[in-house]
Amino acid sequence: MLTILASFLHSSIVQGIPLLFGATGEILTEKSGHLNLGIPGIMYVGGISGIVGGYLYEHFCGKPVALLCILIPLFCSLLGSGLMALIYCFLTVTLRANQNVTGLALTTFGTGVGNFLGGSLLSFFGESGSISLLTIGKWYKAYLPFADKLGVFGEIFLSYGFLAYLAVIVALLVHHFLNKTRTGLNLRAVGENPATADAAGINVTRYKYLSTILGGMIAGLGGLYFVMDYTGGTWTNNGFGDRGWLAIAIVIFALWKPARAIWCSFVFGGLYICAVLIPGLSTAAKEVIKMAPYVVTILVLVLSSVHDRRENQPPAHLGLNYFREDR
Amino acid sequence: MPVPAIELKNITKTFGRVVANKDVSLSAYRGEILALLGENGSGKTTLMNMIAGIYYPDSGQIMIDGNEVVIASPKDAFRYKIGMIHQHFKLVDVFSAAENIVLGLKEKERFDLSKVNEKVRQISETYGFEIDPAKKIYEMSVSEKQTVEIIKVLYRGADILILDEPTAVLTPQETRKLFAVLRRMRDAGKAVIIITHKLHEVLSLSDKVAVLRKGEYIGTVLTKDTNENELTEMMVGKKVSLNIERAEPKDPQDRLTVTKLDAVNREGVKVLDDVSFVARSGEILGIAGIAGSGQRELLEAIAGLQKVGDGSIIYHDPKTGLDEDLRNKTPLEIRDLGVRLSFVPEDRLGMGLVGDMDLVDNMMLRSYSKGRSLFVERKSPKTLAEKIIAQLEVVTPSTSTPVRRLSGGNVQKILVGREIAAAPTVFMAAYPVRGLDINSSYTIYNLLNAQKESGVAVIFVGEDLDVLLELCDRIMVIGSGRVTGIVDGRTATKEEIGLLMTKGGHSEEEAHEEGGEKHE
Amino acid sequence: MSDLKNMDPAPEKAAAPAPAAEEKIREPLFHIVKRADIPKLKAWGIRFIAILLALLVNALIIHWLTGLNPLAVYKSMFDGSFSTKRKFWVLLQNTAMLLCIALAVTPAFKMRFWNLGAEGQVLIGALSSGALMFYIGDKLPSGLLILLMLGAALLSGIVWAGIPALFKARFGTNETLFTLMMNYVAIQLVNTMIAIWVPSGSGVLGIMNSKSNNGWLPTIFGQKYALNIIVVGLLTVFMYVYLKYSKHGYEIAVVGESENTARYIGINVRKVIIRTAALSGCLAGLAGFLLMAGSAHTVSSTLAGGNGFTAVLVSWLAKFNPFVMILTSLLIEFLQKGAGEIAQAFRLSSDIADIATGIILFFIIGCEFFLNYRIMFRHKGKEGK
Repeated sequence: MLTILASFLHSSIVQGIPLLFGATGEILTEKSGHLNLGIPGIMYVGGISGIVGGYLYEHFCGKPVALLCILIPLFCSLLGSGLMALIYCFLTVTLRANQNVTGLALTTFGTGVGNFLGGSLLSFFGESGSISLLTIGKWYKAYLPFADKLGVFGEIFLSYGFLAYLAVIVALLVHHFLNKTRTGLNLRAVGENPATADAAGINVTRYKYLSTILGGMIAGLGGLYFVMDYTGGTWTNNGFGDRGWLAIAIVIFALWKPARAIWCSFVFGGLYICAVLIPGLSTAAKEVIKMAPYVVTILVLVLSSVHDRRENQPPAHLGLNYFREDR
Repeated sequence: MPVPAIELKNITKTFGRVVANKDVSLSAYRGEILALLGENGSGKTTLMNMIAGIYYPDSGQIMIDGNEVVIASPKDAFRYKIGMIHQHFKLVDVFSAAENIVLGLKEKERFDLSKVNEKVRQISETYGFEIDPAKKIYEMSVSEKQTVEIIKVLYRGADILILDEPTAVLTPQETRKLFAVLRRMRDAGKAVIIITHKLHEVLSLSDKVAVLRKGEYIGTVLTKDTNENELTEMMVGKKVSLNIERAEPKDPQDRLTVTKLDAVNREGVKVLDDVSFVARSGEILGIAGIAGSGQRELLEAIAGLQKVGDGSIIYHDPKTGLDEDLRNKTPLEIRDLGVRLSFVPEDRLGMGLVGDMDLVDNMMLRSYSKGRSLFVERKSPKTLAEKIIAQLEVVTPSTSTPVRRLSGGNVQKILVGREIAAAPTVFMAAYPVRGLDINSSYTIYNLLNAQKESGVAVIFVGEDLDVLLELCDRIMVIGSGRVTGIVDGRTATKEEIGLLMTKGGHSEEEAHEEGGEKHE
Repeated sequence: MSDLKNMDPAPEKAAAPAPAAEEKIREPLFHIVKRADIPKLKAWGIRFIAILLALLVNALIIHWLTGLNPLAVYKSMFDGSFSTKRKFWVLLQNTAMLLCIALAVTPAFKMRFWNLGAEGQVLIGALSSGALMFYIGDKLPSGLLILLMLGAALLSGIVWAGIPALFKARFGTNETLFTLMMNYVAIQLVNTMIAIWVPSGSGVLGIMNSKSNNGWLPTIFGQKYALNIIVVGLLTVFMYVYLKYSKHGYEIAVVGESENTARYIGINVRKVIIRTAALSGCLAGLAGFLLMAGSAHTVSSTLAGGNGFTAVLVSWLAKFNPFVMILTSLLIEFLQKGAGEIAQAFRLSSDIADIATGIILFFIIGCEFFLNYRIMFRHKGKEGK
């Protein structure tokens, strides 16, 4: 029983990590007052950029080095998702375009980029089949060698690749940043009331850009984790599925608090895979169970709107663009 | 002659087609309080916003201590030690006072709120403020919020202070306290600029007065050498008779009887407390009070927009002689009862009109639902729009212009015109002349008087006591949601009303605090 | 841009005191002001230029990927839609479907109700009409079956959009996220039903009634898709009239602009929100029905193919004008087909179509800025003296 529970927890956490990256990135973005519905697209790009970087490295360099195997895809992923977030920022912050529309367009574009590169990368190099970067995947999946010897404890706490720990650390760091630092205070002010922040001498534009781009990069790591660790360095078109939207759901579920997002992500991860893990289910029953995360999110959404508490509300200026000379 | 702390040279600023400031030049010196005087809409705030870095001038120069500077953002303004306290406070509601005060600062030491609290206390002692640094803004009264704003600029070391209409939301007692603080700042060698349109404040507080009229600079005079008449003349251009005609009410009959009305707002704060009064036909009933004392809630309760608790709102129908209780009815139900109620709300473009719709569609707001047709009929609203444009001399390119593009006075004419066209028996108007120039204001006064003379019961919520005293037959004063007195408009004095305004149902401090929360 | 300028390192020096010492601060070269008004012709001109630029960028990207010269790119793209009669009809059919969903979301958007759940509403409409076809598809005459399918599709669409609307109206629940989540509930519902219907576990339902054509919309003018296209055409006119000339349309506009004004004049805001969202869901359900009975004759979780989201963009780009939506949906479908054609010819992934669509969307979204704002170049301040 204990081992089943441990393996369920393990799988929930593995499922939860991409969601956690996505949710943390989106929280950071939303704190600046920007609802980025392009996060699903950004996460696709974060994944494929890592794949492309890794592929090029493996392709052009005979003997891959472990450190570079990790750093090159990581860097490419950050670059790719950062650029995506930059498009969003430029359109919504500088050109003050509608945030929902821009976000949706970005998701269309991002999934397009992911699937196009994923589907065409090999044919550029005259190869066929599907992308599989097992060496790199191996390094991303690597964990402490003695974790296996520690039984249940090892399985639940020590059996993950480094990105999983990074996800938790980043969430905690963002939490600390938002609540305990001067810059975090300023950022929250930008999302709550940009006119006030502006009048207080805070460079609203710069804060919005930085938080949106950083948020996009963090979210992109979720895509990278998925393709490198979860699937072990392979790409399947649309394989990432709708996890990006789930990440946005978690932001609501976590009431815009990154530390809360950690366990929320794991709960969602658990819901996401319990269909697979419960033995003897019919296909139909599995599909019904896969519905659960969405239904739960809807319930939270409804409940938090019924209990209208000031501390649990989204940033007051979320979704609205700011123009200083508006009268 | 000392160098001015701040000097403006030939500043011009336009918004679209509206010229807000035209070629304005003026100076302020250290150790002086300069009053910037002008009517509503004369461009005072816009001008000061350019010093504070909120707006950027189209042309002209700003000099600080004799050097030309560029103030492109509020940050630049801080660098030149300029601090502005805006009329609409720039505070983050969910933050504490201390968090708001340090917002945006780049201090060397580690971020530590307890140290901030200490420094805030120090400043408070120096100038005589009372404030709890850990209190959240959304729990504060208006005057507490203003205190936070002032400490905020002092904390940043400002020595040029600009205050935009700081007394608009204060009780006379709070105003006195504020003035004492401002005098202390002046004596400490700071340059203080206060924007206002209240003459008695100008005369009692300032050292110099600069006057703006319709965006243009008229001149600066020493306060001790001037008087109310001269200032009024500078402000409005020519000597205008402040006389508003006031006819004796003809055959007044009770039209609306409000009895023991209670209401709480969404936050659970009591906004109307045991309110009772009668509005009569052929009479203007004025309502005076500090902003946010329950005026809006009272009118909205009568119009069916605010849920109320106990009490009754009885309408006496002049045609049928029947009494109808309007309490907690929807606007539609009220209309279906045959009650002809017109209401000019305080928020013109957010409630009375739709800014992005054109004149015709705005006329239609009242009438569109008439008839069984599935489709709207735009012919008669168009005729009505044309009629109002002609009668009230509305300046607009056409009837298909979105009302947002019109000036404040024209917007108000459209709204009042439409409400009058509904041939009401009760006519309610909340702050109908706010932001209007003097001519438009008089147009509105005349319209109200005409309604009164045709036998309508008029309820007028105003802020300018002089106007209330000249226009209204009776004046009801409310404080903290309670009726503190109903006086005769012909015999009452300003002092009498001022005193009633600050008299709530509870002890004085309590009353102010509540008044503040209600303003939210 | 005044605030972009602030991103320059200059304000970093803010900590340095002694303002008088800093005499040489750069004046902003230009700053942004809001436009009061823009002539219609100029507005459409700016949009046209944006589209041209986007097409150019797309051509360059495809040129870079395939080596085709940019003009040839558009020649091939053109072929994707017009080279055969069949391709042309497919283009029209796809445009009609996208347009239909865009028309569905429009009344909700006009009311500022962000219905991002059209995808799910389409699916649920298709699913419920598909269920009828599955269970009683051979027991009723085709005409009656079609009517029942239509009714079921409309009703289920109404329910799917109505639930978020009820909560929005009652508790102010965020409809953007609610409708978004409803999509995935619908997708899982479709997967569940298919799993029940197809015991083999293949997860593919296959075309239903392919022999009897029972429950298939009739072919007119010898064209399978003609009826779909005509229905959507009529719907476009209906929606234009509904929004512009009906009392409902007027109420939608007032509620969208200002709920306070709506309450003030006695509009029952809750009723309007629920009614309008229901209409939105109803039309999305209709799209599901048309897809099911008029072209696909099967159900799958990808039946709507992301059009529920693209439709949001189509409607917004057209500024909620149904007739302009014909153009915007045509543009997007044309790009999709054209890029697909090129991808096929060069053995690239057809997803390049999404990239092309994304780019054109970015340009059109971005160009709105120039319609609402004007960039003012500052004259040297010295002239003022």
